[in-house]
Amino acid sequence: MKVRKLMMAAALAATLSAPVMAADQFFPVLVYRTGPYAPNGTPWANGYVDYLKLVNAKGGINGVKLTFEECEFGYATDRGVECYERLKGKGGGATVVQPLSTGVTFALTEKAAVDKIPLITAGYGRSESANGAVFTWNFPLLGTYWVGADVAIQHIAKKEGGLDKLKGKKIALVYHDSPYGKEPIPLLQERAKMHGFDVMLLPVAHPGVEQKATWLQIRQNKPDYVLLWGWGVMNSTSLKEAQATGYPRDKMYGIWWAGAEPDVKDVGEGAKGYNAMTLQHGAEPNSKVVKDTLALVHAKGQGTGPKEEVGSVLYMRGVLSAMLGVEGVRKAQERFGKGKTMTGEQVRWGLENLNLDQKTLDGMGFAGVMRPVQTSCLDHMGSSWVRVHTWDGGKWNFSSDWYQADDKVIRPMVMLASGKYAEEKKLTPRTPEQCKQ
Amino acid sequence: MFYRENGQFKTSYQSDQQIFPIAQDRWAVLAIMAFAFVGVPFLVDEYLFRAILIPFLILALAALGVNLLVGYCGQITLGAGAFMAVGAYAGYNFLIRIDGMPMLAAILLGGFVSALVGIVFGIPSLRVRGLYLAMATLAAQFFWDWAFLRISWFTNDAPSGSVSVSNLELLGFPIESPLQKYLFCLSLLVLFALLAKNMTRSAMGRQWMAIRDMDVAAEVIGIRPMFAKLSAFAVSSFYLGVAGALWGFVHLGSWEPAAFSIDRSFQLLFMVIIGGMGSIMGSFFGAAFIVVLPIFLNQFLPWLGNLVGIHISTAGVSHAEFMIFGALIVFFLIVEPHGIARLWSTGKEKLRLWPFPH
Repeated sequence: MKVRKLMMAAALAATLSAPVMAADQFFPVLVYRTGPYAPNGTPWANGYVDYLKLVNAKGGINGVKLTFEECEFGYATDRGVECYERLKGKGGGATVVQPLSTGVTFALTEKAAVDKIPLITAGYGRSESANGAVFTWNFPLLGTYWVGADVAIQHIAKKEGGLDKLKGKKIALVYHDSPYGKEPIPLLQERAKMHGFDVMLLPVAHPGVEQKATWLQIRQNKPDYVLLWGWGVMNSTSLKEAQATGYPRDKMYGIWWAGAEPDVKDVGEGAKGYNAMTLQHGAEPNSKVVKDTLALVHAKGQGTGPKEEVGSVLYMRGVLSAMLGVEGVRKAQERFGKGKTMTGEQVRWGLENLNLDQKTLDGMGFAGVMRPVQTSCLDHMGSSWVRVHTWDGGKWNFSSDWYQADDKVIRPMVMLASGKYAEEKKLTPRTPEQCKQ
Repeated sequence: MFYRENGQFKTSYQSDQQIFPIAQDRWAVLAIMAFAFVGVPFLVDEYLFRAILIPFLILALAALGVNLLVGYCGQITLGAGAFMAVGAYAGYNFLIRIDGMPMLAAILLGGFVSALVGIVFGIPSLRVRGLYLAMATLAAQFFWDWAFLRISWFTNDAPSGSVSVSNLELLGFPIESPLQKYLFCLSLLVLFALLAKNMTRSAMGRQWMAIRDMDVAAEVIGIRPMFAKLSAFAVSSFYLGVAGALWGFVHLGSWEPAAFSIDRSFQLLFMVIIGGMGSIMGSFFGAAFIVVLPIFLNQFLPWLGNLVGIHISTAGVSHAEFMIFGALIVFFLIVEPHGIARLWSTGKEKLRLWPFPH
């Protein structure tokens, strides 16, 4: 420790004596470009890094350049924690952490609070962490699994002709047997109680290549709809099994983790008609932000992945995730000083006061990609807009209008689950007064 | 030259039977321990504590448990991860269901429950051996994986199946900072390693080794195979259970059954095979090799690449890490099938003659 202090002192002296250097902001990038989930992890990582590069190409955040470093963890929770520990102190301290893994999110929820680093889990993570009063450092921006599941039920009800028509229907949930896959279960059970449909739970063991038994059960029980909560190879396996079983693909709905190009590409025509909930965006190859990325990053030979994948579903998810982190920093700079490096605590303030209206989003090139996001100290989710998109055998097309998750269903569940968490951890939730600071 | 035992006379049975009969060994071990307790806290930063030292200590304890069973008693097991999981979940349930349960007691009770489970799953060892026993212990792995995923009572009805503990304390002292966690794990490891060493030198350990070397002969000379095998299973599972509880409580803080998957069982078995079967020291070498080396390679390769001016992609580093790691395992197994511990003792033998080998 002494050595470290000495080194820090030396570093401090060096920075003081050196001529004024431009401030920079460090983004750790936890990725999985290897392992069974690599086909999905890679485009996300490319999008994330490309967006950071794009911000730099446009001059940074008010002149603050973004620095970043990747750390590969292969979707393994313990290696993910190791990566977090490795990167959290680098480059003047990590700004935000975005693990793209529900397991790592669970493991980091407490560590991040101690280290004062915001944890953005855009569209995944713990659903109850939307309650910012208890989960002060978690930001499940753009919706959680409960939002996705809720809209899935709403969409199915609309197809059937109303929520009351769901009575007696059978909806199967084929899920990845991990915290990720289990997240929607409480919501589906709640909705089942409300509308009188049956939920069939069909777990699939990691990594999900063995699903014969699951689909045999589907063949026997003939559920009216199948919800797919898979990731990586599990998704394409499910679709192939559905094809082999003869289960209609247009009765299958995936969450956004099960609704990207790598999931359906090998199945091709066989996946035609398959739907997925998109939390906001789908594949957006024509959006302005993609064109900017191609022009300012890829055209200069600095692109991170293959050019053809720019704008694909998961690539866009990476872009949006990075954008949310960057906008958190920008908002924080408005309060704590433009052109300065923000600490984790300041970025948290920024993320809690995020207000991206449509005009700002359009200006950044996200027109048509996403709807406004507005967070508060108590609401860390900011938005619960969802669209459904459908695979036509060659590409994803939106097939529904915008839906919004029913707050009347989700909010009590969030409060109940986060209250239980606070009780277990002996935490006192923040009051609205504390929020104003 | 320095490592000579000339002039060290053993004048009593006690001095002849001590754990480290050579004075230099004794001092070296004491010095290492003193360094680990006093020196390391001043030299090491948070990253090393959290990402390397604490996992190393806990997995070394687990490897010790596997080594007692596989290395000393010769009963091959593929269920090590399951016994860790039993320890972790049992400890968790003791901690949250009984008010005022101290953390240390919960961890030890977790180990105790794991020992009971170990005895139950050790019963097949009375009839089957070798690869067939491996199959039977594999059943333990799958059974407990299934149980902790499916039976929501074990996870206190957590909707996602992930459980967590916090506010750890020991006799009023918090176990929160990396240093406190490190010292806590280190103390337990030293204690249990000493216990294991003494156990292997006692009647029980000799019974285990007799069973390992030839069970029929051992039975003929009056060793009860049932007692020997089941006690080995119980002690080994106790160690694994404690290690599992530490892994959950101290290292991860929040965990799911995947933390104790079949991969963990294999990892522990490899630690024992690479480190050295039937050697306490070997458990430490094995754990260091398996825990530290991949992380080291992962950071060393990009650095090396920069040195010669090549930028290696993140995925490339990860692939290279797997390849080098695999190659090193094969290398060690060919050079010394008895593990790194044997290399170590060969080295010591050589050092005794150095610099004048005959």
